[in-house]
Amino acid sequence: MSADDPLRVRGLRKTFGDLVALDDVSLDVERGTTSVLLGPSGSGKSTLLRCLNLLEKPDAGTIDLGEGPIEVGGKLTTARVREIRARSTMVFQQFNLFPHLTALGNVTLAPRENRGLSRQAAEQRGRELLEKVGLADKADSYPDRLSGGQQQRVAIARALAMDPDFLLFDEPTSALDPELAAEVVAVLSDLAAEHRTLVVVTHSLAFAKQVADRVLFLEDGKILQDGTPAEFFSSEDERLRRFREVISSV
Amino acid sequence: MPRFLELWIESLPRLLTALVEMTVPLSLLSFAIALVIAVVVALARLYAPAPLKALAWMYVQVFRGTPLVVQLFIVYFGLPGVGIELAAFPAAVITLALNTGAYASEAVRASILSIPRGQFEAAQSLNLSRAATFRKVVAPQAMRIVLPPLANDFIDLVKGTSLVFAITLIDVFQVGRQIAAATYEPLIMYTEVALIYLALVSLLSLGQNQLEKKVSAHVR
Ligand SMILES: Nc1ncnc2c1ncn2[C@@H]1O[C@H](COP(=O)(O)OP(=O)(O)OP(=O)(O)O)[C@@H](O)[C@H]1O
Ligand SMILES: [Mg+2]
Repeated sequence: MSADDPLRVRGLRKTFGDLVALDDVSLDVERGTTSVLLGPSGSGKSTLLRCLNLLEKPDAGTIDLGEGPIEVGGKLTTARVREIRARSTMVFQQFNLFPHLTALGNVTLAPRENRGLSRQAAEQRGRELLEKVGLADKADSYPDRLSGGQQQRVAIARALAMDPDFLLFDEPTSALDPELAAEVVAVLSDLAAEHRTLVVVTHSLAFAKQVADRVLFLEDGKILQDGTPAEFFSSEDERLRRFREVISSV
Repeated sequence: MPRFLELWIESLPRLLTALVEMTVPLSLLSFAIALVIAVVVALARLYAPAPLKALAWMYVQVFRGTPLVVQLFIVYFGLPGVGIELAAFPAAVITLALNTGAYASEAVRASILSIPRGQFEAAQSLNLSRAATFRKVVAPQAMRIVLPPLANDFIDLVKGTSLVFAITLIDVFQVGRQIAAATYEPLIMYTEVALIYLALVSLLSLGQNQLEKKVSAHVR
């Protein structure tokens, strides 16, 4: 194994009853890169992210985090699930901050619980992370008193506190007004520039153009296109062209 | 001094003694046990394997579906028939706890169900264990929601303790009955008893308000 090995996903399949949400999806995510998942509504983008984090249990497939492929379709023990989950953390469209904890409380909860970090150590690191997302002065604020953009940045700090190999973002700016979204995009761009490994679902072609190292286009649970942003934006494939037109017109 | 005031003052020490020695400890003890039952049963109904789930459901149905006084009679007068003899006080505690536990478990269950799915998913994604998720994410949020219905159940329990005279216990109400019978002043005596319950319940409501403020500190 090596810390530089890509995350390898092979043959990922997920059905909801008769509906095939993910149809034999395979991809590699290179470390230190930002991958953007694009695709029409219902194409399976969220499902793919959720399967990587095992929030959704895949029907079949393997995930290789650098220590050999792990069959995730079969029965997984709780310990195994947590082992896989420890490698990635999700940032949600609706932030999902814990409303009863301050910004700092949100960021320090998991490190304290999972790693037995002392309060002091967790808070010191928590404050650093809040500063990194531009919210040093909001450490003691409850989520209810933060704007959407601030909440999402706290959520990002909370995810970073777990030191995951992969950060998964599911439409992190879709619930935000444009100027608040810009704050969040700025943080994402910083993370990308630091060569963190990011997988971002978005409807923003601008984000894909500016930040992505790689664009994956999903449709009907399949990856139709997997390449550089330049390839995606210049592709003459009828479906990609139509998608680009529809998205830029909104 | 009017007759009623005279009688109220005269009888107050005996009534308060019964309150402090019977009604209050009976209420507190029963409610403490009811809370434990409520959490266990709520968790069983939400997360346990099917047979346990069914058992928990049945328990709730039985204790919500039958009158408290009948339950008291079964436990105190009925169970000796199958060799289970309980003194009146423990019989009352057990019955009241089981009865209130059934109602309270529904409140606890509803409070857990009201927590948005995103909270559980965030906890999962942060890799919190189930126990940590419950302690640090679910319980504190459920607390705020469960408090008003739980306070209701507690108040019902306090008032419900007035039935224990039926199994020979001497609580506020029973002492009131005794004095009413001796003085031939049922209106005056039962009014006094009613006012004592009202004062007690008002005190509880005050405590509820304080607690609600405390657990809602994070809400604007
Ligand atoms: N829990 C579920 N139960 C049943 N069907 C589901 C569930 N989650 C997703 N689906 C279905 O799976 C398909 C893929 O959904 P998914 O949420 O992954 O799409 P998406 O690409 O993220 O769409 P959007 O851009 O609208 O967020 C959709 O048809 C959706 O209705
Ligand atoms: Mg989605």
